[in-house]
Amino acid sequence: MTSPAIPGRKQEPAAGLSPSPSPASQSQPTPPTVAELFAAFAAISLSGVGGVLAWARRKMVEERRWLTADQFNEVYALCAFLPGGNIINFSVVFGSRVRGPAGALAALGGLIGPPMVLIIIVGAIFAHYGDVPALRRMLTGVASAAAGLMIATVAKMARPLFRNRAVVGPVIALSTFGAIGIMHWPLPLVLALIVPVSIGAAWVRL
Amino acid sequence: MKPEGGSLLTLASFFALTSLFAIGGANSAVPEIHRFAVGVQHWLSDRQFSESFALAQLTPGPNVILVTLIGYHVAGILGAVVATFAMCGPTSVLAFVVGGASERFRGSRWQLALSRGLVPVTLGLTASSATVIATTSDYSWVAVAITAGAALTAYFARVHPLWTFAAAALLGLIGLV
Repeated sequence: MTSPAIPGRKQEPAAGLSPSPSPASQSQPTPPTVAELFAAFAAISLSGVGGVLAWARRKMVEERRWLTADQFNEVYALCAFLPGGNIINFSVVFGSRVRGPAGALAALGGLIGPPMVLIIIVGAIFAHYGDVPALRRMLTGVASAAAGLMIATVAKMARPLFRNRAVVGPVIALSTFGAIGIMHWPLPLVLALIVPVSIGAAWVRL
Repeated sequence: MKPEGGSLLTLASFFALTSLFAIGGANSAVPEIHRFAVGVQHWLSDRQFSESFALAQLTPGPNVILVTLIGYHVAGILGAVVATFAMCGPTSVLAFVVGGASERFRGSRWQLALSRGLVPVTLGLTASSATVIATTSDYSWVAVAITAGAALTAYFARVHPLWTFAAAALLGLIGLV
């Protein structure tokens, strides 16, 4: 799930994420160490039931001040159109910008390491003790609710897209839904066809 | 489940490929993961898939841990690790490479076309994902009502998802689902 790409502020030069403070900026963010990257992303990840992004923003921009709000938006917007999980890409991009490959690994490791351990434990417990009807009903309830949350996200995303008698966007969205959600065609095949068309259409309309 | 070389390779190759097509986030890959894990490989039933998704939602961390759970189900801890690395690896490498190069890229026509072009696709994928989760979970009218209620609540109000999940779990617990 993405938030719409936030337009970059072209007139403002990208404030570097390197350690040297510039006299012009009042609140130059201080960059983290590799260990701090791991710990911070682990904390973000473990607090993030239902919404890792908000926690990430709070910790990195407000608490630790590793980024300004604009820098956060810029990195996030970049990650939103790269394939894969947004926050995962974010951890790699941010980690690499402050501490290179080691930083990227530390941030990514912190982000997915502890949750991996947790879910494996959960999976093991569920495999052995999970065949309890009440528990399974609870999970079904949660899944149903999760579907509802996604529908709300879709509705919010669809609002700007279906406005102004726009044709191309809705056609692409509906085609994608038809191919994947209804016909259950393989994802790589469908996207290989639809994505170039969509990007081409956007390019032409710019 | 004993890890077999065959299933580990299947996990790795499938998730590595799928990760590169997960446009808009891990949830975009849910329909494809369902298609493969349930429809093709028969690793899970629809119901198990739905329950796995719910467990992944409830466990803290990024949505990709659904893949970890499926990998665990297929081939134990090794399967969990292999699946997760496959799902995160290629895209992380891509992010690493692109992340460093983006200074010239930002604000360029390419970037805008890319960002805007992917929005309708992401929309279609998220809608597909919602459909898959709903159809594997909503087997009763109460479940449908939960989906509808959660959708309306999320659309019109600012409620933390955790509360919605708690309410839904409660309805499940008392036997209404």
